[in-house]
Amino acid sequence: MSTVPADLKYTRSHEWVRILADGTVAVGITDHAQHALGDLVFVEVPEAGRAVKADEPCAVVESVKAASDVYAPLAGEVTAGNPRLKEEPETVNTDPYGEGWLMRLKPAPGALTSAAFLSAADYRKVLEAEGG
Amino acid sequence: MAFIPHTEADVAAMLATIGAAGIENLFDEIPPDLRVKSLAGVPPELNEMEIGRLMTERARADGAPLAFIGAGAYEHHIPAAVWAITTRGEFYSAYTPYQAEASQGTLQLIYEFQTMIARLTGMEVANASMYDGASATAEAALMAVRANRKSKSARILVPTTLHPHYRRVAVTTAANQGLKFEELPYCTAEGVTPSASLARYDGQDITALVIQQPNFFGRLEDVDALTDWAHARAILVIAVVNPTALALLEPPGEWGTRGADIAVGEGQPLGVPLCSGGPYFGFMTTRMEYVRQMPGRIVGRTLDAAGRAGFTLTLQAREQHIRRAKATSNICTNQGLLVTAATIYMSLMGAQGLARTAAAAHARTRELVAGLTRVPGVHLAFSGPYFHEAVLQLDRPVAPVLKSLSNRGILGGLDLSGYFPELGDALLVCATETKTSADIDRYRACLSEVMQAARAA
Repeated sequence: MSTVPADLKYTRSHEWVRILADGTVAVGITDHAQHALGDLVFVEVPEAGRAVKADEPCAVVESVKAASDVYAPLAGEVTAGNPRLKEEPETVNTDPYGEGWLMRLKPAPGALTSAAFLSAADYRKVLEAEGG
Repeated sequence: MAFIPHTEADVAAMLATIGAAGIENLFDEIPPDLRVKSLAGVPPELNEMEIGRLMTERARADGAPLAFIGAGAYEHHIPAAVWAITTRGEFYSAYTPYQAEASQGTLQLIYEFQTMIARLTGMEVANASMYDGASATAEAALMAVRANRKSKSARILVPTTLHPHYRRVAVTTAANQGLKFEELPYCTAEGVTPSASLARYDGQDITALVIQQPNFFGRLEDVDALTDWAHARAILVIAVVNPTALALLEPPGEWGTRGADIAVGEGQPLGVPLCSGGPYFGFMTTRMEYVRQMPGRIVGRTLDAAGRAGFTLTLQAREQHIRRAKATSNICTNQGLLVTAATIYMSLMGAQGLARTAAAAHARTRELVAGLTRVPGVHLAFSGPYFHEAVLQLDRPVAPVLKSLSNRGILGGLDLSGYFPELGDALLVCATETKTSADIDRYRACLSEVMQAARAA
């Protein structure tokens, strides 16, 4: 069973969201997602300054067998893409909730309060329903 | 590996397995009003004997003219071994099989092709080929938009000196995908794109600059200055190059301080006969940094589980069969047979042979220009160096002159008046190593006669 930290928010498309003290959020893919993809060989993260809409594809994670889009969990402006992943995409496999974060977003006004994130318990139910 | 079509029994077994009554049932989901009822304009089928006869008659109608037309397709000597080997059963399929790794020989050939093209262009990585030079140019523009993440405009600067067909194909392919192609003027005295004309774009968001070398007029652009201008403004450089010329000219990987970002071109000069216009093949190369944005197949060299070297399709996660609608491109095949011929051609010629071919073509074109400009009423349109094509200006309309030459068995060149009316009565001519001094003299003598007769009339 994959790890689902209790202090994070989740989406049905297997992204996690961590709300940071400065009001920005960090976004990554879950342990379940990295495990399903397999060894990552390439990660494309968005450029700082890019405005994204909720559910817009804004990053790509590519493994030896598949490439998948990562969706913006909420509307906002990208403040950083994780620079480490260019050279070390495998960090997403080894530390999906820590050093393997994909991007930081500054939420658009109201976007954070209106977003319908899943709690850790609800996301766990999604995984159980998917057979994971 | 055998390529055997399905028998009727195979088809029946497959339909039974999936529970379909017939093949037509598999197309149920296409609405009837979208389906073509009959193919108007397509004649009924002919058998092999009939089609053979028809094609022989048509080929005879062409005659065997002495051709001085280049304009994107070039007549070069093709060693007999090239097509003798290419048409061997092991190679004679346009397709890599779907289980590509089963055909290690095919994959190795593509790998060698990629290596040769990468070395010829001075670039880091090449794909397994594209359809032709024009579609490769269009794909390069689309690729530049994906690769240049600093630019949001999708504006592509295209010199007027780019092959006009390439520009039209690029617009047709990419304009509906939001790309904006903007034409750069050329200097009518020199036939090249002046760097000074770029100043008006300073400070604007431009995604890429296309540079053709030699350009459509056969002239040499100042590729170093153009490349450096673009790179100083975070604009990507797309080189469109002639592979024969690369044996003598600076490769795109060395243009300016950093080299071009993407280099594409028409591969036909490498062992592919003119064949009334095709099929040809395109090639595409780039920096490793942009390899995931490059369309098409790529073959890599790897080790199998037992540590033995082998070849495999690589970076497939960009492609249609994995990424579906989000694939890097809808190009997911290559011109396998023509690539086979080109690889054998390059192997036989070697770097020195290709350089000798290029030098001979250049020398013949100089001889041609010197001869034709001796004819009264004919002069060279542009000053400055050219490779194996040049623009001549006549003192009368080109079309009737070409027709008279054609009656004498000479294809005298391409009439530019429809493409570049500002050049007046202009004619693009080309000579390669296939033309002898006697051929060139025959052209000069015929042109002289034709011009004199026209003047007298």
